[in-house]
Amino acid sequence: MLDDELRELYQDVILDHQQDPRNFGVLENTTHHAEGFNPLCGDRIRIELDMDGDRIRQVSFTGAGCAISTASASLMTEALTGKTRAEAEAVSQDFRDLVTGKLRDTEDSETVDTSRLGKLCVLAGVQQFPVRVKCATLAWHTLEAALNEKKQAPISTE
Amino acid sequence: MNTTLTPTKMNQRHFDVDAVRRDFPILERHVHGHPLVYLDNAATTQKPQAVIDAIVDYYTSTNANIHRGVHQLSVDATLLHDNARAQVKSFLNAGDVAEIIFVRGATEGINLVANTFGRQHVGPGDEVLITAMEHHSNIVPWQVLCEQQGATLRVVPMDDCGQLRWDDFERLVSERTKLVAVSHVSNALGTVNPVREIVELSHRHGAVVIVDGAQAAAHTTVDVQELGCDFYVISGHKLYGPTGIGVLYGKRELLEAMPPYQTGGDMISSVTFERTTYNSLPNKFEAGTPDIAGAIGLGAAIDYLGQFDWPAVCDHEDELLEYATDALSTIDGLRIIGTASEKKAVLSFVLDGAHPHDIGTILDHQGIAVRTGHHCAQPVMERFGIPATTRLSLGLYNTREDIDAAVRAIAKVKEMFRC
Repeated sequence: MLDDELRELYQDVILDHQQDPRNFGVLENTTHHAEGFNPLCGDRIRIELDMDGDRIRQVSFTGAGCAISTASASLMTEALTGKTRAEAEAVSQDFRDLVTGKLRDTEDSETVDTSRLGKLCVLAGVQQFPVRVKCATLAWHTLEAALNEKKQAPISTE
Repeated sequence: MNTTLTPTKMNQRHFDVDAVRRDFPILERHVHGHPLVYLDNAATTQKPQAVIDAIVDYYTSTNANIHRGVHQLSVDATLLHDNARAQVKSFLNAGDVAEIIFVRGATEGINLVANTFGRQHVGPGDEVLITAMEHHSNIVPWQVLCEQQGATLRVVPMDDCGQLRWDDFERLVSERTKLVAVSHVSNALGTVNPVREIVELSHRHGAVVIVDGAQAAAHTTVDVQELGCDFYVISGHKLYGPTGIGVLYGKRELLEAMPPYQTGGDMISSVTFERTTYNSLPNKFEAGTPDIAGAIGLGAAIDYLGQFDWPAVCDHEDELLEYATDALSTIDGLRIIGTASEKKAVLSFVLDGAHPHDIGTILDHQGIAVRTGHHCAQPVMERFGIPATTRLSLGLYNTREDIDAAVRAIAKVKEMFRC
């Protein structure tokens, strides 16, 4: 049998998003984009945004990656569609705090403030796998680069 | 798929793998509640107690700087260090201890040659020839050298099995080729390159050949004189020795004519503010206090390996690679990357529906250490149109049970990813 930590990491929602990623593809109208790369595992991702002023009208991704990075990107696109830039950045910060284990304000994980994260909480299991944190955050780092239009070079987790 | 496994060649010569396993204390460890199954030997090998003891003993009873003191400890340390060099010389069958240069590892050995011999002999319009299966450490130093010198880097392609395309090699090597850099065994694919033939053809065109033996030395007999190569590099830590120590073998006449790589103490014979005379080989290339304990540890590893009938060790690993190849081939959706007719100790694969990184995490939770990723050989991954592979790599202490455990763990991956 697989142990609990692994089951916690590879929850059904994650496997579902890995096998059937949402918002996967290119946008018809792209106002912002960025590319991200994790040289440790070779994962590559491209995030495209269609911004209506300050609001994300649509967000999509393309690329190849592991289950964690793919599910994280897919869930991210769902969570951020329709959000303002500031809201998206706040969710991004919360998400990174969640997967790095910083979101707990006490020892008791029940008190974690995950109100802004919703379904993204399924990725909390990554906390137990420090070497996989970069897989979960690749899409988010790339999103921030896209929002800030850092176009000079692909962003890297290293 | 035929699941009947070929009869073992293992017992044809004497090699007691159970006894060998007892020599490696780390194999007693449990990881995530499972006995450690260490299948990441191409990244680094584990160390036998003899190597650990040699390093501890050195620091416990002998530690001193070499080539300096008249005091007993320094004399003893110098002797141990010299002895390690002599052991390496025998191991590689070099002609002379002067041809054995201690470096930090294969990477530093290649950089040394690029920065000395390379700068001296590679000029505008010249070419450096490498293969499509090289580790980054045997690509980047040549890329940089070519940029600096106005030379061109040429790459010999490989076929779909991961074998060097000999026709292309014959086509690409020419009078313009000043240097040929090739791995003896590919770290990502396990392919054994025909080094002797490569050397012969390169020499006919006047090119000098450097062989990256990092992945070969622990799995096959290396005889630099028989190979005929001009330079050969190894890393101690892939040869059951410590990290931080490696060896550059170079033909004496080439080393003599090369300028020093780094300068400082130990590599000089006399210094005034006007002029410095360099030391003789091998010290000319060993500036500063070397990794004395590392060299002694490497010597101990070579000593340790020397007790075995080496062909029996190679047979054991070859048989195990065949067993693993057969076992993994029966798994649905699994594709082995690198199917050369001659391979050593490395089995890379991809699995439909599961990314190598996820496979690595799940195997780790069964106590199985494998490498996932591009194995510092991104061009190899591109050649096969994949971002990464999962790699099982063997050492002399691995067993069929280790392979069976990996196969069971891959079944768990398939169960989890429903693939």
